[in-house]
Amino acid sequence: MNIFSILYPEGYERPGYEPLQSPEIFPDLNLDQIVQRITAYKAPYHLNSVFYMPLKEIDPIYYRQEIMQNLEHTQCAAVFRAFAQSMKAMREHLSRLDKMYYPYQQKAWFLDAVKLYKDAVEELRQNLRGCQWTAKGLLAFQDYVENYVASASYETLCTDTEKMKQELAEVRYSLRIKGNHVDVRPYSEEKDYSEEVRQTFEKFRQGAAKSYLVRFSQGPDLNQLEARILERVAQLYPDVFGNLDQYCIKHQDYVDETLAVFDREIQFYLATLEFIEPLRQKGLPLCYPVLSVSRKTLSVQDAFDVALASKLCEEQAEVVSNDVLLKGPERVLIVTGPNQGGKTTFSRMIGQLEYLASLGCPVPGRNARLFLWDKILTHFGKREQTQSLRGKLQDDLVRIRDILSEATGNSLIILNEIFTSTTLQDASFLSYRILQRIIDQDALCVWVTFIDELASFSEKTVSVVASSVAGHPALRTYKLVRRPPDGLAYALAIAEKHHVTYRWLKERIL
Amino acid sequence: MKVLLMYADRDFDEKGRLGPHSEDLTNDLGLDTVWNAMAQGDAFTRDVVQHATLNIMNDPAKIAYRQDILRDCLNNVSVIETLYSIAVEAIEREKREYFGLFSHSPTTILHRSLKVMQIFVELLKKLKKTADDNSHLFASSGFHRFFAMIAEDLSEEYFADVEEQLQELQFRHGIRLSAQLGKGNKGARYVLHKSLGEHRTWFQRLTQKSEPGYTIVIAERDDQGFRALAELQDRGTNLVANALAQAVDHVLSFFVRMRTELAFYMGCIHLHNALMRKDEPICFPDALNEDSSLFACRDLYDVSLALHLPGPVTGNTINADGKMLVFITGANQGGKSTFLRSVGLAQLMMQCGMFVPAKAYRASVCRKMFTHYGREEDASMTHGKFDEELHRMSQITDELTPHSLMLFNESFAATNEREGAEIARQILDALVEKQVKVFFVTHSYTLTHGYYDQRRDTMLFLCAERKQDGIRTFKLVEGEPLETSYGEDLYRQIFECTELEWDAVKEMDNPR
Repeated sequence: MNIFSILYPEGYERPGYEPLQSPEIFPDLNLDQIVQRITAYKAPYHLNSVFYMPLKEIDPIYYRQEIMQNLEHTQCAAVFRAFAQSMKAMREHLSRLDKMYYPYQQKAWFLDAVKLYKDAVEELRQNLRGCQWTAKGLLAFQDYVENYVASASYETLCTDTEKMKQELAEVRYSLRIKGNHVDVRPYSEEKDYSEEVRQTFEKFRQGAAKSYLVRFSQGPDLNQLEARILERVAQLYPDVFGNLDQYCIKHQDYVDETLAVFDREIQFYLATLEFIEPLRQKGLPLCYPVLSVSRKTLSVQDAFDVALASKLCEEQAEVVSNDVLLKGPERVLIVTGPNQGGKTTFSRMIGQLEYLASLGCPVPGRNARLFLWDKILTHFGKREQTQSLRGKLQDDLVRIRDILSEATGNSLIILNEIFTSTTLQDASFLSYRILQRIIDQDALCVWVTFIDELASFSEKTVSVVASSVAGHPALRTYKLVRRPPDGLAYALAIAEKHHVTYRWLKERIL
Repeated sequence: MKVLLMYADRDFDEKGRLGPHSEDLTNDLGLDTVWNAMAQGDAFTRDVVQHATLNIMNDPAKIAYRQDILRDCLNNVSVIETLYSIAVEAIEREKREYFGLFSHSPTTILHRSLKVMQIFVELLKKLKKTADDNSHLFASSGFHRFFAMIAEDLSEEYFADVEEQLQELQFRHGIRLSAQLGKGNKGARYVLHKSLGEHRTWFQRLTQKSEPGYTIVIAERDDQGFRALAELQDRGTNLVANALAQAVDHVLSFFVRMRTELAFYMGCIHLHNALMRKDEPICFPDALNEDSSLFACRDLYDVSLALHLPGPVTGNTINADGKMLVFITGANQGGKSTFLRSVGLAQLMMQCGMFVPAKAYRASVCRKMFTHYGREEDASMTHGKFDEELHRMSQITDELTPHSLMLFNESFAATNEREGAEIARQILDALVEKQVKVFFVTHSYTLTHGYYDQRRDTMLFLCAERKQDGIRTFKLVEGEPLETSYGEDLYRQIFECTELEWDAVKEMDNPR
């Protein structure tokens, strides 16, 4: 039987195993940076793999969107954060147990861990009662918790734990050390003798004395002698320690599996919401997209590159947003314009929009209507590898051939500055051939290029141009607009900015 | 005792900071492959050869000093291996003698120092013997000085002296101290005296008991008593323990220097062996003054590629004497990048005193070397690709001096060809006027043809050779830049074959 999952609706076949490697497109689209930021403080949950599994159907995506929206728009996310904190404290408590050598030391720690768990569950149940949900997943979870707390097995766990703690609190014993002998005895009433000793020898005192007080470590570890004494105490109180042995065996799997899974999976939502919070604070729009599997259109207003925006937010810098529109027969966005004008960012942004949507996450922008893809394929210009025996142009072509044979009519292809390692003539020849193939496949494509002529290829291509401030070619607006290419790359303006024109170099090299 | 096998007048610094451009040089020239072949898996050697190759010398006399020593090393491999192993043994055995984890008392310091010093004496004797037996086989001034120093500083008398000291410091007969009274009549200013043990006569020994005096006996289980006694000994031996421990450190640092500087030559021997196994030629280059502006090579090959490929590699024979601007154009995979890398590697190897992968190599030294290669998108998202390239050029300019060497590989191509060529032209004109020598691999016909029309004496145009039938020889020949780079060939090869052929192409994955 499938256990309840907050990530997948009932009946949805959840993946058999979770991938450890990010999809290949992650570095190109800076999704690795986004996921790294989202999961930065959530390492123990191994959340990354959840982000490596895009959903290929619309229903489970909407299941997640509902939950995410409920959590975002009520105060109830705090309930799960508190539960996560308590569960984390319990796990940390348990983890120290592995480093202990002595069974009765471990068992006492185990007992305390169960107590922490019990408190966490009770707090969760109390808090859940104050929440107003509408999302199917959250309502189902609340039902589950109520039933679990009312169950007989949970009841037993609680009674056993309280009783065991009480019994251990009542154990007392005495030690007698003689030469190399230490006797462990049941407790009997005795006076504090050290004070007597101090008074007896006070008259021998000679001036100031160096302190021989040794600082003992406050850690949880037992030394060998302490451990051996504990063994004897256990023999003195066989009933209590027998009960402790029993208790530990009986309750070894005290954490409910469904709760354990939930504790991890809910972090997907919490982490995502914590990540977008500063973006919202900055006034950047994020929305829950409407998805389609049949209409190959993209439409979103005021979208932005999430990785870049997150970084700019930290630096208190301005984030530029852009609209995306691909409608009717249009399939290919040809992106041209000045260097450092935001072309690559624009192409990444579209990849991020589509990928995040498939996870059920909110996406940057307003009124997003997106297409649910089967594959996203990317090729960004790569650094030349000295170990590679193939030239860079051949690497480009081989990669693109692989992309084209993998792509279907429902795929999204993102190409960025390819064929830069060859002549202009070669680059146009090759680009035309590749573009024709993409159009023949009817795939969606974003193509960043310096070959302006591609923009007017057919009714399926749309031109998007990075613009700059009128009269100041080196000043970028980072706005990309739908209009024919203007054929200016402003390369000299950039060279001037970096002080590497002829005039500057003559001055700088001494 | 100075080692002085890297420089005639100073120690080699294997830990110094590398220049800001080191990372680019490493990646662009494939230096890792060379270093790995030299290091043979030894991280220490790798560090040494890395610093040696990246801190190039530009004085031909200094280069010759190392070349002579390296020739000696190649002629006497087993002696060098012995010397190196002595240094390594000394360092490793010293490391094995732990200081106690908690108590750093003079007694434990002294005890350890004694043990280590005995090891060192044993190895210094071995070093002396190796030097005495073999010094006549060496011709370089560096080794002459090194062996003469050992003969003089490590004489028989010196060893006898040291061994007597080490015997004494064992304190077999206890320690003798003198002390004065300090504050509150507490003992202070302890001085250690030489033991009388060996020098007492049988008569003194017999009569000693009758000398007047009191004896304090510490009971067998009186831990506090024993602790106090140990403390007194510690006070007494403090100065001598310190002195001996310092002496140990001095001898150790000699072995460390020796190991460090020999590691460079061991690395050269390893690389030499690897190339000999492949029958690849090497030569000791002629390093010429920086203002002579010469460059000529016969069968110069890419040593990093040679180490990487199973078969033989192609060499290039070029004469670029008097040239300041060398363009390399032509077919993709025609050996352009390989040639560029081979120039960079050979120049670095020459200027750190190594042999060079060629049958002959003669070149002016450069003051600094830089590479500027086309790069992937910058992950920090602050620069576009072309912007990043110019930013990098600007950083290089901060370091550039006349008589530097610049290697460009498909630089300034991340924009349209017309504008890229204009930027490159401005940069190249300025560099050449500032006496910077440039090798430039490019596809930009606009750029190369512009220069070809000027055809000045200081320029050289090389093309990747491509026969009529499309076969590439990976050789460079002098010639006019052509307009196409044969992208169509590649397109056909990759896109217009059957799936079956395609699988075969991918299988091979190796155009050679």
